Amino acid sequence: MSSMTTSKLTIETLKKMFSENKRFDGRKLLEHRDISVKLDISNKAEGSAGIKIGKTEVVVGVKLSIGEPYPDSPDKGNLTVSADLLPLASPRFEMGPPDFPGIELPRLVDRAIRESHMIDLEKLVIKKGEKVWTVYIDIYPINDDGNLIDAATLGALIALKNAMVPELDKDDKIDYEKKSTKKLPLHKDIAPISFSFFKLGNSIILDPTREEEEACEARITFGISMWKDQYMINSCQKNGEIPFTEAEISKIMDTISKKFEDFNEKLKKFL
Amino acid sequence: MVQQELDNMAKEHKRPDGRKNAEMRKMSAKVGVIPNADGSAMFSFGDTVAIAAVYGPRQLHPQHMQNPATGILRVNYDLLSFSVSDRKKPGHSRRSQEISKVTEQALLPVLDLKEFKNTVVDVQIYILQADSGTRTAGINAASMALADAGIPMRDLVCSVAVGKQDKELIVDLTKEEEDFEEGEGATDFAVAKVANSDEYTLLQLDGKIQPEVVKEVLKLANDSCKEIYEFQKKTLKESIEK
Amino acid sequence: MKKITEQAHEAEEEYSGETPKKRKVVIPGEVIVSGEDFLPGDGARRVGNDVVAVRFGLAEEAGRMIKVIPITGAFVPRRNNVVIGRVTDITFHGWLIDIDSAAAGFLPVEESPRFINKSEMDQFLDIGDVVAAKVWSVKAKGIDLAMRGKGLGKLEGGFIFRVIPNRVPRIIGREGSMINLIKEKTGCDITVGQNGWIWIGGDLDAGIKARRSIEFIAEKVYVDGLTEKMEEWFSKN
Repeated sequence: MSSMTTSKLTIETLKKMFSENKRFDGRKLLEHRDISVKLDISNKAEGSAGIKIGKTEVVVGVKLSIGEPYPDSPDKGNLTVSADLLPLASPRFEMGPPDFPGIELPRLVDRAIRESHMIDLEKLVIKKGEKVWTVYIDIYPINDDGNLIDAATLGALIALKNAMVPELDKDDKIDYEKKSTKKLPLHKDIAPISFSFFKLGNSIILDPTREEEEACEARITFGISMWKDQYMINSCQKNGEIPFTEAEISKIMDTISKKFEDFNEKLKKFL
Repeated sequence: MVQQELDNMAKEHKRPDGRKNAEMRKMSAKVGVIPNADGSAMFSFGDTVAIAAVYGPRQLHPQHMQNPATGILRVNYDLLSFSVSDRKKPGHSRRSQEISKVTEQALLPVLDLKEFKNTVVDVQIYILQADSGTRTAGINAASMALADAGIPMRDLVCSVAVGKQDKELIVDLTKEEEDFEEGEGATDFAVAKVANSDEYTLLQLDGKIQPEVVKEVLKLANDSCKEIYEFQKKTLKESIEK
Repeated sequence: MKKITEQAHEAEEEYSGETPKKRKVVIPGEVIVSGEDFLPGDGARRVGNDVVAVRFGLAEEAGRMIKVIPITGAFVPRRNNVVIGRVTDITFHGWLIDIDSAAAGFLPVEESPRFINKSEMDQFLDIGDVVAAKVWSVKAKGIDLAMRGKGLGKLEGGFIFRVIPNRVPRIIGREGSMINLIKEKTGCDITVGQNGWIWIGGDLDAGIKARRSIEFIAEKVYVDGLTEKMEEWFSKN
């Protein structure tokens, strides 16, 4: 596979194309590629999902283990999100400590999930102040063809929606032999989705391929979910050296709720 | 006649999943599963699922690691955190480092990298779901991925775990069988061989086994590897017959 | 442009694709034929009485010679290959060019079409510029490139994209027939690099269509009657 990133001359052409509402694969600027979902990537995970958006593929697993609560939240379980940009997935990813994209990605997924309050952390207490469940969400890209953040958040969401709490034995230790009977305590009406809007020139696009993503100059990622029957943005991060204008942010706000609704429709059966 | 059959059935060792002693778990495989890679494959033995990607031959940095006489092979094997019941913490364990190295040595003998001086062929193997035999599934996946990447190879490498439960010789142990403790206990002998030759490139033993029994399990390994090669062949050919 | 496709064609294996030449898919270690009469060529070796494949590819019998044509695999640069690459660095002696191959490409300053001062080098070719060049020599240290010739030089406008290098002969076609068909149907300027990189210039919409048609062809490993299929593709798209 090529290690050559998108070159200047292609970037100039993409800029022109986006300004004319054209993309190489024929999509509209705010249109997503085909999405497919596979559940139970691993039967050893408490919940897991594999997401494909176009050629991008990410697997996400949920594991629960018993630990101590944080000192400032003795009556809540813990949530930890991690990601490993495996060299398997791209000639760009190298072994070793993560660089910024590898650090940013799990933090964005964490905020989108955590701030939506989808997981009922209070129901994850085994013994207040002493023993709680820690929910681990582990994200692994399998093939990077752009838009990993949104794919990873979707994978985390679906893995969580399908996760079970392990059974405990009489000593409050996990018994993996026993089949789980309890679903992970979630608020069923909350399902956070991440939308990363990318900018090139004066155009805004969604769901870039890697070629398009490398050409883009800035990105703004929003996590959106429902809260008491209203659409609520509960996380936001801008990345990149080029600013977004107020008009651009307004335009994004005008489209994001509808996108969220469409996604919920499409993914109903997995949520 | 019926009585004899009944006697035979009573004698035949029952494996927890109903398999015969020399029977491997159901194999499943696919090539080209990672579009970004130069070659890739998924391979599974029952519930053990491995995925492998090959990148290369490509430039190797830093320069001092380059070999001016030949390309080098670099293998990285690891488990995904949720592939096992007790979550595996991210980061390399000693176990994965060891398996990476022995896998590299299992694959290198069939490769001819002399025309790719100063370069590296990177093989990345990850286990998505682990139920014993992970290194063997990894080698089978990597073998196909290397072929898929067009790397010159004199043959494929096939790998399987042979072993015994007390005195019964069995092939392709599950985790449950690995934990067996009665009598002589469980023995797990992971091997890899060059598919169409008698050369063994991986041999790792966990447990105990009599010297004369080693010869017998290698015979079982040989038969299993023939089956694995046919399966790998079928999978590779299917990937391009459109 | 015609010269480039002919040049590109020089390095091509006899992969006409149209003439059925007794081809079957083989994998490493597989016996292709048995018999002392047969000679193992590229991608094959003799093991006792058998000729055995040493690559995953298409085994082809050409008389007594048995060879295996790779269908995947790294681009191995050969003299006279046209390649498309990108300038990654400027040194005292020339430009370092990434040609997406394991060895780096180098364009010596003497290869520029006119005399260039050392201080003006970036004005001729700057970091990030895309070029079409020819492989002049392949050494252990790297690939020396040349840039004299029609259609070679800095590429401006348009875009570049990559296909698997082994599919390039199929995209060019016998004596350039396929690439000429695409150029005719789209009116685009197209330069095909043997390293799998392709440059398309000209009208934007036509260029997008040309890329899709090339990607369509590149997906197929070996299909008879590809020319007819492409005529059909163009009538539908």
